[in-house]
Amino acid sequence: MNWLLPPGNSTFAGDIDFIYYVILVITGIAFVIVEFGLLWFVIRYRRRPGRKAYYTHGSMKAEVIWTAIPAVTVVVIGVMSGGVWNQVKGRNAAPADAMVFGLTAKQFEWNATYTGADGRLGTADDFVVRNQLHVPVDQPVLIKLATEDVIHSFFVPNLRVKQDALPGKTIDVWFEATEPGEFEIACAELCGLGHYRMRAFVTVHTADDFARWMAEQTAAAAAGE
Amino acid sequence: MATSAPPIDAVHAGHGHELSFIRKYIFSTDHKIIGVQFLLLSLVGLFLGGMMAMAIRWQLGFPEGSMPLGGIFPETMVSGGVMLPEFYNSLVTMHGTFMVFFAVMPLLVGVFGNYLIPLKIGAEDMAFPRINMWSFWVAVIGTVIMMAGFWVEGGHSQAGWTQYAPLSADPQWTGVATGQQLWLLSIAVLGLSSILGATNYITTVVNLRAPGMTWFRLPLSIWSLFITAILVVLAIPILSGAAIMLFFDQTIGTSFFNATAGGQPILWQHLFWYFGHPEVYILILPAMGMVSEVIANGSRKPIFGYHSMVYAIIAIAFLGWIVWGHHMFQSGMNPTLGMTFMISTMFIAVPSAIKVFNWMGTMWRGNLTLHVPMLNAIAFVAMFVIGGLSGVYMASTPVDIYIHDTYFIVAHIHYVLFGGSLFALFAAITFWYPKMFGRMMSEAWGRVHFALTFVFFNLTFWPMHYLGLQGHMRRIYDPSQYEFLQHLSGTNRFVTISAFLLMVSQVIFAANFILSWFYGKKASENPWNDNGLEWSTPSPPPHGNWPDVPTVYRGPYEFSSPEVEEDFLPQHQKLPGDLEPEAAGRGS
Repeated sequence: MNWLLPPGNSTFAGDIDFIYYVILVITGIAFVIVEFGLLWFVIRYRRRPGRKAYYTHGSMKAEVIWTAIPAVTVVVIGVMSGGVWNQVKGRNAAPADAMVFGLTAKQFEWNATYTGADGRLGTADDFVVRNQLHVPVDQPVLIKLATEDVIHSFFVPNLRVKQDALPGKTIDVWFEATEPGEFEIACAELCGLGHYRMRAFVTVHTADDFARWMAEQTAAAAAGE
Repeated sequence: MATSAPPIDAVHAGHGHELSFIRKYIFSTDHKIIGVQFLLLSLVGLFLGGMMAMAIRWQLGFPEGSMPLGGIFPETMVSGGVMLPEFYNSLVTMHGTFMVFFAVMPLLVGVFGNYLIPLKIGAEDMAFPRINMWSFWVAVIGTVIMMAGFWVEGGHSQAGWTQYAPLSADPQWTGVATGQQLWLLSIAVLGLSSILGATNYITTVVNLRAPGMTWFRLPLSIWSLFITAILVVLAIPILSGAAIMLFFDQTIGTSFFNATAGGQPILWQHLFWYFGHPEVYILILPAMGMVSEVIANGSRKPIFGYHSMVYAIIAIAFLGWIVWGHHMFQSGMNPTLGMTFMISTMFIAVPSAIKVFNWMGTMWRGNLTLHVPMLNAIAFVAMFVIGGLSGVYMASTPVDIYIHDTYFIVAHIHYVLFGGSLFALFAAITFWYPKMFGRMMSEAWGRVHFALTFVFFNLTFWPMHYLGLQGHMRRIYDPSQYEFLQHLSGTNRFVTISAFLLMVSQVIFAANFILSWFYGKKASENPWNDNGLEWSTPSPPPHGNWPDVPTVYRGPYEFSSPEVEEDFLPQHQKLPGDLEPEAAGRGS
């Protein structure tokens, strides 16, 4: 058991994890002060016969100090967090050159839509692969996230990506994977009976591999029609 | 405006002659009896919620194993000894529902709001005793409706205690129709009970304070219950309204929350959390107030920074109103709002820190009497701090992307609700038990219960932080489905065993509670040498509380005052130099 995060394989994973470790250090200090303070007081000021407690109603100075320090600290954490938030989830956060994919959730599967040769969604040569999202490495990827029934949540722990899919809405999610490999997609929002097994995969290819896979699938899809 | 106006005469007609058993103990209008009725009802709710947690933990710790006592459930819940996923989802839903609505909320607000407010402000009873009686019996009706859901076709609601639409809005997604509707009805009925109780509390605190009980002589428990009551009347109607809308979506084909017919699923989340976040403070503020009483008593010192404590309660309640969106960072809400809700949320750390440091300031240079209530109160502070600090991680929007809806939030809420509220309740129940029942609980068994609960609580919930940081989603029936969760099965098993031991430890509390009622040492009027008005009347107090309403000469925390020999100085005790409230110009 430890407090480290598992490896992150996207461009913004490092920034998210950095904020986490900043908070870990700050809250760690507060934790130690309070818990050991309490423990120390319990030992040091245990009841002794004949002694009276120190009669005081407080101290303005102390109140100001322990109001000001947390206030400044949370503003610092807030401002740091805000920057990373905008970079990951801001309205126009996705890079302009991102490659577009569709991902539609339904009870209990994820259907990835690929653009086919024209590079655009919503055209005749689109094709769908169930529970398999294949993307290239070192290339920003824009996912058009939707759902056919209830709310699901697209969660890829290794990429530090999580976004609810909302009925009636298409939500943009972007990431750029930094390492090839196969990563699990989980559903993070209770969506019914099979919620616990709504599992799929993101396969991150090298650029060459991805081109080859895409060509094969496009051909197969065309042959299928 | 002080007070002495006796509450409604007709209700107190019982003063002169003996009341029948039914009027005295069943349909009672006495706030103390109603408090005890709520106590017994919600301890049953707490037990049921706990047993559901055990079933959930069994499934997570031993997903492939045959469930002990699985045979008592019908095939639609446990089949061939194995819990079914739909039953698991019901259990997750109902564990949350019971713990929030049928255990912690009634324990804090229903029990101690009723019991303490009149006794601590020096009133004979609530302002509206009959409405008070109704608030209890309406809660009983709500409980019966909720329980009925387990026996209907399709089982109980499976949409989580947060009831996110459209999963909750249409039976086709979960296969649950009647159970789901009963859930919503029950919550609407229960809301009525809460509103009846809270309006009563507000009226009583404003109007029925004893002579000399000025606002800044009010005990912090009363301040927190008063502010909580305001939160209740502002928050609960939102939930009731939303529940009724969802009920209509389910039954008569409206589509408030159904996107296919033009509704807005996210509207449910806004309404739910607009109630739900104040609810979080409804579940912690009274705990903070009561812990303040116990810590001052156990430290034999005045509360450090009484005024700061009052302002912190008000600040927490106010901030609690403008932070609901932090539950929805990943919901698809406009991301620009994330920044607003993050900052307002983080600022709650400020009044929370003020409270924690003032509790520590109260203990500093005290003469600490570590009686059982004090041990539980110190545990409250120690555990609430952990829950408060883990909240910062989720308030930070980018970190929340990763840990949202994982076991990290499960750890957080249990550190606040169990480590916080429930330890405060153990402190409060053991502290006021002698006043309620006229007998002392066993101190020795209280210590054993405290020690075991403290240890097993931490062994159960601390590792959940780790599970969450590894990405373990909440509300999943079988984590072994995922490759990236495989290595956590040992931790899950450890948590499960700890949880079982935590539950078993509560047998000691139950036995102590029940046996002390019959065999406990008789309690004196003021067994803890406390200053509050409730300790100036026999244990248990008679109907009407005092022959004559007491007069208040000072604040509630004059421990170790240099003016007297003893280390406490009750609020009603008149010292030679004290003026009568009218003469001092401090009526109320």
